[in-house]
Amino acid sequence: MIRRTRAPLALVAGVGLMLAAACGGGDSGFDSGSGSNTGGGATSGVKLTMLIGSSGDAETKAVTSASTAWAQKGGNTVTVTPAKDLVQELTQALSGGSPPDIFYVDASKFAGLVKGGALAAYGDQLPNKDDFYPNLLESFTSDGKVYCAPKDFSTLALEINTDLWKKAGLTEADYPQTWDQLETVAKKLTTGGVTGLVMSDTLDRVNVFMRQAGGSLLNSDNTAFTADSPENLAGLQYVQKLAKEGALKWPKQVDAGWGGEALGKNKAAMTIEGNWIVGGVKNDYPNLKYTVVPLPKGAQQATLSFTNCWGVAAKSKNQAAAVDLVKYLTSTDQQLAFSKAFGVMPSVKSAAAQFAQQFPAQKAFVDGAAYAAGPTSLPGFDQVQKDFDAKIIGLSDGSSDPKAMLVALQKNGTAALKAAN
Amino acid sequence: MTSSVGSTTGAAPTAVAGTARATAAPPPRSGRSALRRQERWAGWLFVLPALAILLIFLIVPIGFAFYISLTRWDGLSSPFGGGAKFVGLDNYKNLITVDNLTRQNFATSIRNNVYFVLFVVPLQTGLALGLAVLLNNKFLKGRSFFRTAFFFPSVTSSIATTLVFLFLFSGGGAVNSLLNVVGIRGPNWTADSRGVFHQVLRVFGVTSPPGWTQHQFFNLSWWDWLSGPSIALTVIIILVVWTTSGTFMLMFLAGLQNINEEVLEASEVDGATSWQRFRMVTPMLRPTLILVLTLGLISTWQVFDQIYLTGNNPATITPAYLSYSQSFRNSAFGIGAAIAFLLFGLIIVLAALQRRLVGSGEDD
Repeated sequence: MIRRTRAPLALVAGVGLMLAAACGGGDSGFDSGSGSNTGGGATSGVKLTMLIGSSGDAETKAVTSASTAWAQKGGNTVTVTPAKDLVQELTQALSGGSPPDIFYVDASKFAGLVKGGALAAYGDQLPNKDDFYPNLLESFTSDGKVYCAPKDFSTLALEINTDLWKKAGLTEADYPQTWDQLETVAKKLTTGGVTGLVMSDTLDRVNVFMRQAGGSLLNSDNTAFTADSPENLAGLQYVQKLAKEGALKWPKQVDAGWGGEALGKNKAAMTIEGNWIVGGVKNDYPNLKYTVVPLPKGAQQATLSFTNCWGVAAKSKNQAAAVDLVKYLTSTDQQLAFSKAFGVMPSVKSAAAQFAQQFPAQKAFVDGAAYAAGPTSLPGFDQVQKDFDAKIIGLSDGSSDPKAMLVALQKNGTAALKAAN
Repeated sequence: MTSSVGSTTGAAPTAVAGTARATAAPPPRSGRSALRRQERWAGWLFVLPALAILLIFLIVPIGFAFYISLTRWDGLSSPFGGGAKFVGLDNYKNLITVDNLTRQNFATSIRNNVYFVLFVVPLQTGLALGLAVLLNNKFLKGRSFFRTAFFFPSVTSSIATTLVFLFLFSGGGAVNSLLNVVGIRGPNWTADSRGVFHQVLRVFGVTSPPGWTQHQFFNLSWWDWLSGPSIALTVIIILVVWTTSGTFMLMFLAGLQNINEEVLEASEVDGATSWQRFRMVTPMLRPTLILVLTLGLISTWQVFDQIYLTGNNPATITPAYLSYSQSFRNSAFGIGAAIAFLLFGLIIVLAALQRRLVGSGEDD
């Protein structure tokens, strides 16, 4: 009996496997690691698909209408899909072998996508390549090739709740310029339910102080970790000092999700965020009055930049059309239109003056571009950062030791770097 | 293999044709076996849709996942076209033998889940049994109301209940406001990664780890292994006990109603106290108890939704969540799949062990 039942089972199993093989077989011509062949396909009568990590309706609408305007000029169509979880959906589309033609690429995910051969390197085709901020282009450069055009960017700056500022008897002259001044005002502002400075407990904020102390996570050509350095230690120790004094708290400690919320709820007098805070607090805390000033200086002036680029799939059959659309979307005028629609900062220098004119309150974010550093882009760094982030809250009560945190970061980062190469 | 399959399929039409003739004519001696063969094929035909579904959605994906667990795949290209590099057992080695962050996270997730299981399974089983015994009381008024009330959390979306709990247990949430009334300053529950056992030890004056606990085992010191569930995990333990005990209560209730009423009545006449009756009933509930314990064990080792919603916090990560985050957040699908298979093996071993300990309720 047992022998008899096996034959049909084997048959079905065979069919199932063949089916599975057939499903995956469509892209056998895939060659790993060569994302450089660009420029195929027609530029009119093309159907493009675009996957975006939208911040909300305003962004989706603006991107859709801009893409439609481009499409109508050339007789093309563009389908814009906002992703719920961009990283996950993009991964699924790429592994399925039919990625969208254009998609947002976060700078921290860039290296992984290049290594996976997912991106077409079209940077040299951009007519305004020199107009982009150099450090943004650098975030999307690998092996000397610029892969994609920066979409927009933001830098971190210091946001001050002006009501609480005045209440503490402080004036514009007291805006902190140095670490010492930051400590002084943070302590002064900390009273009762208000904390001087509240910022997210992540490397993406703490790293600002490590950079300002002259440190960095990786060496300049990204070949070795330099996390365990005296400079980084000085930065982290400064953070711990503020935290131990109670002048710096993490959002969870004041019952907020992020710095903007703490600022809006009057629980924080200062926070460190990027220009997404502008749109973020506009709806939730319309009565909040705040000022954006550059971050105070440590041993040197430094901030972090966050950026996305318009990735074009290496596998797209319509790369020529896709690149043409990107050229349109990254033009100075179109970027300024996006700024107006959903508040992002243009990635090209030629738009800076106009942006600063239109949004004078955000000047500090734009100015940061001159001395900002991009995020760490390394496959497998995600869990390394999560491990570090989880320890940050322990700086307050001394259960985390800055030196030990950096040693672990160095060790884990080095392992990730080794695994990635 | 293909040839044998081919010959079997080739044989089918003749068999069908043969029996068609056989039914028309008065049955010859060979008719019975032909009929049986026909029935066999008809049987296979009827289960074919179910089999196909099982294969396509279960067997093939499992086989595929196992293959992925033997590769290094970043999920950015098709795993069939050279996108996944075969690395043998490297992923498993990474999780078990190599001293790195991945193993540390894996060890942390195992520790969290062990405490989770140790607390949730006995608590939810005990609570479910208690509720079932209460509801089985014929003289209880509004039985169906209570039954619905206790069962309600089980049929509510886990995402919804988790979100409600997150609000209740937030730093300035209802639970802490209530604690404030009695003068206790509650912790920031969902974000607190301190171990409960450590906090209890602190009461007895043990504030720093004793020397003997400093030895490392799987990247965690013994002190860390013995931390108990974190305060954040405790919230999830309470949540899960609350949501699942309703389902198990229903199972116990069904088991209780299967017990012959006369036995209980007779004992009552004999003057047995309710506690004595309960003790008498419990052995009769053994099959249900085993079912509940086994289901509880399996589901607690697979806890994911609640962890996903409370965020990526090492104090609450479980192997199931780690498998997801390694795959989709860290682009290490091979490691993610390997975790899934290690978890699978662990559940099988533990379920077998439990079966051995509690007994299967019948002869095997």
